[in-house]
Amino acid sequence: MKPLIYADNNATTRVAPEVVHEMLPFCTEQYGNPSSMYAFAQAPAKAMDTARERVAALVGAERPDEIIFTSCGTESDNAAVFGTLAALPDKKHVVLSSVEHPAVYNLAETLQHRGCRTTMLRVDSQGIVDLDQLANSIWDDTALVSVMWANNETGVVSPVKEIAAICRAKGVAFHTDAVQAVGKLPVNVREAGAQLLSLSGHKIHAPKGVGALYIKRGTRFRPFFVGGHQEHGRRAGTENVPGIVALGKACELAAAYLQDEVTRVRALRDRLEREILARVPDSFLNGGGADRTPNTTSISFEYIEGEAILLYMSDAGICASSGSACTSGSLEPSHVLRAMGVPIELAHSAVRFSLSRYNTDADVDYIIDKLPPIIARLREMSPFAPK
Amino acid sequence: MWDYTDKVMEYFRNPKNLGDVDNPDAVGEVGSMACGDVMRLTLKVEKGTDRILDARFKTFGCASAIASASILTELIKGKTLDEAAQVSNDDIARALGGLPSAKMHCSVMGHDALMAAIANYRHAPQPDSEEEGGKIVCRCFAVTDKHIERVVRENNLATIEDVTNFTKAGGACGSCHTQIQDIIDRVRRELAAEKKT
Ligand SMILES: Cc1ncc(COP(=O)(O)O)c(C=O)c1O
Repeated sequence: MKPLIYADNNATTRVAPEVVHEMLPFCTEQYGNPSSMYAFAQAPAKAMDTARERVAALVGAERPDEIIFTSCGTESDNAAVFGTLAALPDKKHVVLSSVEHPAVYNLAETLQHRGCRTTMLRVDSQGIVDLDQLANSIWDDTALVSVMWANNETGVVSPVKEIAAICRAKGVAFHTDAVQAVGKLPVNVREAGAQLLSLSGHKIHAPKGVGALYIKRGTRFRPFFVGGHQEHGRRAGTENVPGIVALGKACELAAAYLQDEVTRVRALRDRLEREILARVPDSFLNGGGADRTPNTTSISFEYIEGEAILLYMSDAGICASSGSACTSGSLEPSHVLRAMGVPIELAHSAVRFSLSRYNTDADVDYIIDKLPPIIARLREMSPFAPK
Repeated sequence: MWDYTDKVMEYFRNPKNLGDVDNPDAVGEVGSMACGDVMRLTLKVEKGTDRILDARFKTFGCASAIASASILTELIKGKTLDEAAQVSNDDIARALGGLPSAKMHCSVMGHDALMAAIANYRHAPQPDSEEEGGKIVCRCFAVTDKHIERVVRENNLATIEDVTNFTKAGGACGSCHTQIQDIIDRVRRELAAEKKT
């Protein structure tokens, strides 16, 4: 049988068995609505409290009620930006970075439609935002700065403390999309100095469709979802109790596995990357000069196109993703790699491998064995590859 | 994940006629690396009869670009250049059991490579090129008005989205959308008029 080597953990992760175990009763026996008055609804309400404490603990929040639960990372990002703007009606400007995930990046257009100006911070060749440009881009009417903690395509980690210090000095709120940082790096909102932080369950071995937003106490915020009084009136809608319980457990596990992530997973990633670069000529690491999450590597294979690589890898049982246009569903390759100044043809040929606690040495052996002939085969088809 | 037909995957996994013809009589190369796909078609053509004795391809691009180029070589081998010129992008797509709509440009590209090779053989200017009087409409993907016109006409396209799916034009910055709409409107008026007469 063909093996399954899952190396696309920045896209989504396998739900941890411990998480499934803990969430299941809230689908079967404990299905009450946590807002209800009867005793039957107490267990779900209590379980949500525990989950909130666990999320708060993982990100270093001062109090659990600084965490609101959402439906996903995208909602957390949208709520952070629009919720801040709605609370500050005089402010008409938002600063973003040019390497944000679409959940933030694509807000720029919507913001402009709503009469808001946006500044897109440039990044250097390693994907790090220009801090001078940031300092010069904050005006009296700037509502928010949003810069991601870790990049989903390259793993590049932003200098969040420096960014927060600049925002603090200028008196503007700082939101960070930490969807790819949580569970992979120590994340502490108080040390970092962020007022808002997004995270998502399915990137840390909880199911899809649950996320959280940290809102530091005292931060100006109006609800993005309006309706009932759930989440202290900050996010309406009956709570996804099983998902929230799962997210809480996943956060507890993430803390327990962090050491594994920064040592064993990092060693796996380093070996994978080193061997691919050594075995495949004309392959280039993207963002390799920066501090990166321990699980991610982005490598461009000159002369060939990413989708073709992914499909040949899929035939070999390997799951990864690409920065190419064909896989993005658009006609243009990754805006992240382009913002870093990666030449367009190398952006089309980028492949991202992202590992997790479930990957093994055998997985890395398999990939480094199967990949070089795949690249060689596709280069035979390319009009550009040297003979 | 694209919904590729088994045929596309078959020609992607085991492409036929891969490579370059030695000392080709005709070469057609279209696309650019920056745009994400390039096709090179090389032909061996029999003098006198203009019959295609051999056709080979090389492609930088995705699965459907590779499959389109490969099946094109099969469709045209043994045909005369005049017969081959009758092979449309739709013939390529149909031979593959269909392509996802957003990938139709791969079949168009196969057709373009063929037309480019024939023009090259006949020492004619490259079809739809600026040299042939075309004007660039989409700067992002370097697509001319002539090209859009021809593809709209041949495939009876009705919307900007169709044009983007078939030619990539308008698929990036979007600043040429009004021009594309004008071309669609004009060609459709012409087609309607031709039908009446
Ligand atoms: C950096 C980043 N932000 C936001 C998201 C969106 O999260 P979700 O899929 O939970 O909406 C993702 C996931 O793709 C991500 O990688």
